[in-house]
Amino acid sequence: MEWEVVIGLEIHAQLATTSKIFSGAAIRYGAAPNTQACAIDLGYPGTLPVLNEAAVRMAVKFGLAVDAQIAPRSVFARKNYFYPDLPKGYQISQFELPVVSGGHLDIDLEDGGHKRVGITRAHLEEDAGKSLHEDFHGLTGIDLNRAGTPLLEIVSEPDMRSAKEAVAYMKKLHALVRYLEICDGNMQEGSFRCDANVSVRPRGATRLGTRCEIKNLNSFRFVERAINFEVERQIDVLESGGQIVQETRLYDSVKDETRTMRSKEEANDYRYFPDPDLLPLMIEPAFISTVRATLPELPDARRARFVSQYGLPDYDAAVLTTTRELADYYEQLVTQAPADAKLAANWVMGELAARLNEENLDITESRVSTAQLAGMLVRISDQTISGKLAKQVFEVLWTEGGEADAIIDRLGLRQITDTGAIEAMIDQILADNPAQLAQYRSGKDKLFGFFVGQAMKLTAGKANPAQLNELLRRKLDAE
Amino acid sequence: MHSLSVAEMASALTEGQCTSEELAQVFLDRIARFDTQLNSLITVDPERALAQARAADARRRQGGCGPLTGIPIIHKDIFLTQDQRTTCGSRMLERFVPHFDATIVARCAAAGLVTLGKSNMDEFAMGSSNETSYFGPVRNPWDTARVPGGSSGGSAAAVAARLAPLATGSDTGGSIRQPAALCGITGLKPTYGRVSRWGMIAFASSLDQAGVFGRDARDCALLLELMAGFDPRDSTSVDRPVPAYSASLEQSLAGLRVGVPAEFFGAGLEPAVGAAVETALAALKDLGATVHPVHLPNLGLSVPTYYTLAPAEASSNLSRFDGVRYGHRCEQPANLEDLYKRSRAEGFGTEVKRRIMIGTYVLSAGYYDAYYLKAQRCRRLITEDFRRAFETVDVLVGPTAPEVAFRLGEKTDDPVKMYLSDINTIAVNLAGLPGLSLPAGFVDGLPVGMQLIGPHFSEGRLLNVAHQFQRETDWHRQLPPAFA
Repeated sequence: MEWEVVIGLEIHAQLATTSKIFSGAAIRYGAAPNTQACAIDLGYPGTLPVLNEAAVRMAVKFGLAVDAQIAPRSVFARKNYFYPDLPKGYQISQFELPVVSGGHLDIDLEDGGHKRVGITRAHLEEDAGKSLHEDFHGLTGIDLNRAGTPLLEIVSEPDMRSAKEAVAYMKKLHALVRYLEICDGNMQEGSFRCDANVSVRPRGATRLGTRCEIKNLNSFRFVERAINFEVERQIDVLESGGQIVQETRLYDSVKDETRTMRSKEEANDYRYFPDPDLLPLMIEPAFISTVRATLPELPDARRARFVSQYGLPDYDAAVLTTTRELADYYEQLVTQAPADAKLAANWVMGELAARLNEENLDITESRVSTAQLAGMLVRISDQTISGKLAKQVFEVLWTEGGEADAIIDRLGLRQITDTGAIEAMIDQILADNPAQLAQYRSGKDKLFGFFVGQAMKLTAGKANPAQLNELLRRKLDAE
Repeated sequence: MHSLSVAEMASALTEGQCTSEELAQVFLDRIARFDTQLNSLITVDPERALAQARAADARRRQGGCGPLTGIPIIHKDIFLTQDQRTTCGSRMLERFVPHFDATIVARCAAAGLVTLGKSNMDEFAMGSSNETSYFGPVRNPWDTARVPGGSSGGSAAAVAARLAPLATGSDTGGSIRQPAALCGITGLKPTYGRVSRWGMIAFASSLDQAGVFGRDARDCALLLELMAGFDPRDSTSVDRPVPAYSASLEQSLAGLRVGVPAEFFGAGLEPAVGAAVETALAALKDLGATVHPVHLPNLGLSVPTYYTLAPAEASSNLSRFDGVRYGHRCEQPANLEDLYKRSRAEGFGTEVKRRIMIGTYVLSAGYYDAYYLKAQRCRRLITEDFRRAFETVDVLVGPTAPEVAFRLGEKTDDPVKMYLSDINTIAVNLAGLPGLSLPAGFVDGLPVGMQLIGPHFSEGRLLNVAHQFQRETDWHRQLPPAFA
């Protein structure tokens, strides 16, 4: 039987506020345990939550960016369950009335096509603390620094049909929240994590199969591997006559497998009800307008503009707009070296990307500034150096820094463009190689390359290739 | 000295007839002498009180004092007091010492009030007789075989016996007004949102409201005007100016439209209590008020509505008491589940457990719509009844409680019977309205309370009506003979 895979993702994006969603305590990753938790975060008796407006602003910003509805009235609810790192015995979240609903995001498919993935809802909630099981001699330590950190939970429709599509969606969302500057996207620190709902059904079926939820996937690679494992597992179960049990599963990246965390029967009854400590969140159109005014150019729009404004191929535009920082780098570079936008794109996506990748650096950490790189591109465009020799210049810029012009002079890489000098050199070469000249002239065209090689050898590669070719051909064919 | 009103004490302090320290000592002595009979206080800290009193005296000498500087007060043990044990009447918090003050405690301290101690209460404010306290029942000063009402029974009994001139309380379903009635003093539950809930241990967040106890309306007005007001730390507190309640007390009642809901005078009302309230209504007429019959057709829904919503919120609010971070923790827990189960089983009393179970049940999947949502709809109907009534009248009047103080143990085995003692007060919380109880007579030597209910933010009007009534009556001046 042929199976169709159905995937929906729930992504938790930690909002980049300076303080928690319901308290004034600071948020800083990696602080000593329990140093960033105030009485409210500890669930102290008598304390009350007060909503952080910055978190609301970010949620609205996200909603606008995915073309969703912003609820004029949304409600915070309590999700009740006992766990030691959940100080109040309930998590403040949104349940029936989320702040954002009904948006979408378009992803690129591998075959070059596109797909629209629906975003069911995005709601605000607080994170829990952490349980620490090491270093406590059989006991458990509780760190409440993370408790109360604002999260935006973004729930997709079950629109994805493969692990690759799921990853494409997740990457697109990741780029978007960073474009919007509402989340730092740091997956290792848990700022952007994903739960995947996975089911399979016979191709052509309209009813969804029973799904399993895979919890806490914190890298693109794990999402792909976990989904692929889970799909195979479900197909194996079904094909051997079994049934899928609805449950929550955990992905073990070491063993590369998912396993049962809790079944539906063991699932908590969360007893959601509206939190009486918080008034309904009322969002006025004027507030939405002020947030809309802060929206940056979104990735898809920027990509389209890169194509129209710089004449780039769509592929280049897509790569260069993957992150806001990369796109900013490219645009600054083009401003500083406007002669050839495609040349700039090639260098950013080629040499620069390779070096960044090699040293595991982000574009914001590039050792070569846009001004430095532009200085070099200008010299390629005006034919001072060849594209080939530019790699040497780039190498020096990367390792030692400095300015392209000075490096070109120091290394003597300036192209020879003086027609007279090139002609004199050609005459010399022809005089020194009469046999090859005779063979060429008797029809052995292939020897043209031999004469080019001789010229490049004599000039250490600095002869302007186009000029050299033209003059050489003229001399050889002059007879 | 102890029988004076707060206003009289304040002028004695101003005129130098006594110091705050002396005044505090008078009440500390009375506490030492009488509270063994009443058990109205869980914590008394004479040293702390006297230090605050001396500071108040110093402030008075420097001329920076307000109307209540140096006046003693007792706080219900539901309000957090910095570095002073706050138990909420529960074993769960028997040794709990907060590191900050509740907003109202801080405001009282800033005004120079002197905290004598913390009053006994029903555990987590769940009770109508003060018999659910882990620290033992409070007794009614008018008859120590009887209950003072609850849950703010300690505060009410202490003010009635003049162990303090003022006390704070909290009222979720009648916890200020019913004990004020049963103890023969004046008590006011303000509009929901009028007084900050920051630092008040939550029972049912959408109903809880802090309020005041005093001998009379003027004393309550003086205390409320410094306690009330917006608090950015409580999202449900209302940002609205606080009127000078004590300045509008003398307003005439001529033309005041008093509504008398027939539902307050139905079955279950002790006839003598009804008669006392009728007499009080006649006195209001003499003051120029007109009396009109009104109806609150959905009032009968209020007890079941309340006993669905309040436990639902409580079951969630009390989840934080899990033995992990603070509060009672069982000995030698075998594992996490054992820690939870035994800490909570040992830390909470029977009534609290009953309400946690009811609340958990009504919020459960499959029951939520039938109970919680239906109760919310009933709450809107009740609120709407009041709104309609206030289209034609200014205040509503009726008996605060259907009967006078009952005997200890009389209702402890029958929760529903106990819950019905709040039948006249609960609806006011559901609608978020202000309600005031004031003494309106005696039946067999036991005080009768009359309840005044007004529209949202009409505290000033309620205090004005109560004050005018108290100018013509002396029920509020009566002292329980054994504590004179």
